[in-house]
Amino acid sequence: MRSKLHHRWFVPYLFLLPGLALYVLWMIYPLGYEFYISFFDWKIMPGQHSEFIGLDNYDQVLHDKYFWTALENTARYTAVTVFGQMIIGLALAVLVHRVFIGKRLFRAIYYVPVITSWVVVSFLFQFLFSSDRGGFVNYMLVSVLGILDEPVLWMTETKTAWIIIYALGIWKGIGWTMVIFLAALQSVPVELYEVAAIDGANEWRQFQHVTLPLIRRTTLFIMVALIIGGFQAFISIYLITGGGPLHRTEVVLSYMYDRAFDRLRFGYGASLSYILALIVVGVSFAQMRLFGRQETD
Amino acid sequence: MNETNLSMHSVRNRSQLRLQIFFLILLCAGVIIAMSPMAYMVSTAFKRNAYTPEFPLQFIPNDPTLDNFDTAFNSRNFDTALFNSVRVAVATSALVTILTSMMAYAFARFDFFGKNLIFYTILAMMMVPTMMLIIPQFLVAKKLDLLNSLNGLVLVYSAGAMAFNMFLLRGFFEGLPRELEESALIDGANHFVIFTRIMIPLAKPALSTVAVFSFLGAWDEYIWALTVLTDVEKRTLPIAIANFRGVHSTDWGLIFAASLTAVIPTLIIFIVFQRYFVQGITTGAVKG
Repeated sequence: MRSKLHHRWFVPYLFLLPGLALYVLWMIYPLGYEFYISFFDWKIMPGQHSEFIGLDNYDQVLHDKYFWTALENTARYTAVTVFGQMIIGLALAVLVHRVFIGKRLFRAIYYVPVITSWVVVSFLFQFLFSSDRGGFVNYMLVSVLGILDEPVLWMTETKTAWIIIYALGIWKGIGWTMVIFLAALQSVPVELYEVAAIDGANEWRQFQHVTLPLIRRTTLFIMVALIIGGFQAFISIYLITGGGPLHRTEVVLSYMYDRAFDRLRFGYGASLSYILALIVVGVSFAQMRLFGRQETD
Repeated sequence: MNETNLSMHSVRNRSQLRLQIFFLILLCAGVIIAMSPMAYMVSTAFKRNAYTPEFPLQFIPNDPTLDNFDTAFNSRNFDTALFNSVRVAVATSALVTILTSMMAYAFARFDFFGKNLIFYTILAMMMVPTMMLIIPQFLVAKKLDLLNSLNGLVLVYSAGAMAFNMFLLRGFFEGLPRELEESALIDGANHFVIFTRIMIPLAKPALSTVAVFSFLGAWDEYIWALTVLTDVEKRTLPIAIANFRGVHSTDWGLIFAASLTAVIPTLIIFIVFQRYFVQGITTGAVKG
């Protein structure tokens, strides 16, 4: 039983309120306000009347082919980058966990892309994937490794433009997944491996039957966090392709930003935001239920 | 390690050593792949007129120059942007650290009406993409006359950083023993004394983590600043960097010189506070 320290009833609120006030003003209230806006043909210019149009914005979004393209792009970006980050991050974590020297150094180096600003790395990847023969990636593929005969014109097709954005998303996130996987691996008791080794389990079987089940909760956490992150993808797309040509490389947030701040359709943007948030929350809950249930079996 | 263990190891020593070398080679190859973009950025920052990449590629510039840094700092209010970013990031970091430590203390040490409701609301809000709120936040900022204002940036960045950092600190406070506070209370200290004299000093490592995370978040933020700032003198560093991109052709050397100016402080902070980073990002994830 924890002992309760004596205090007057208002004391906890004094600690809570300054921060909570700021949080309510800029996070909670906007969440509600956005819901309200999404039912209006919202006018931003002074003197204009915002007309209540019910569910019209939502109806239009669901019939907007650019929205569906953006949603599909978002889902594909999320699938590709989450998969890439998890596989490579886990592989690196296993390696760093196993080596006797340089653990901290490797961990630190792989983490550097994570702390580098999105604006900087978006420009950097655009430059690395220049279409010239001297562009870094082309140079590696054509002149150094000899995998391709001709330099790739990365930015001229949406397919190859996505490769730039995927590569950036994976490269920038690996360090984060690696650090968390590594901490989880370090929490697995060594004795379990010794027991498994005595039972004749080889390395791969130990990994499958000892490591993976024990880092399951961490894996779920990483997956949920990365999927939420994938749906938030924005700056790299905004800076590298700008969503174009003709909204073909748009993700939901870049399309929302375009509608709201370039076309000044705030109500429409608000309903796009709400649809995205519902998808993200739904997907997160679905994952937690799915994996949470398996765990209790 | 006892003797049987040692002898077991020596039998497998040679294959173990070979495996170690193999792992190290793989990790080093990974480091080369992961770091080559950064290395190439640094190299380009020291090249003249890097409008298009040269062929064959130069990893080390033939004729290295500091011109790009010179141009960057002499043009388009770049130094003002640097100063603005420092100001905004330091203020955000201070505000977040103070407010979230107070909130975390309330959640960790008190029972009060509405505690669970507030707690789970903030927890659930962490799932909501922050960027999704940009429309209503813009309208709130407009109403409060906080568009085009660096103080406005500080408030919005702080609010956005709150949930994560508050949970991090709450976890830390809950792990602290209560005996010190209880004896202080018996000695007649009130909760504000306990908070400032006992909790805050004990929580220094966690507070450093929060300060660093919120600093970097504010330092790197781009889209909100781009959306609300209109005055050239109020621009932050990421906007200044993006503005070096030309309409038809871009001097990449200039862009990356400006980028390095933004990246180097974050690298220094990362190196100095490395262990706090690891604690900060793994708290909660592993215990889960």
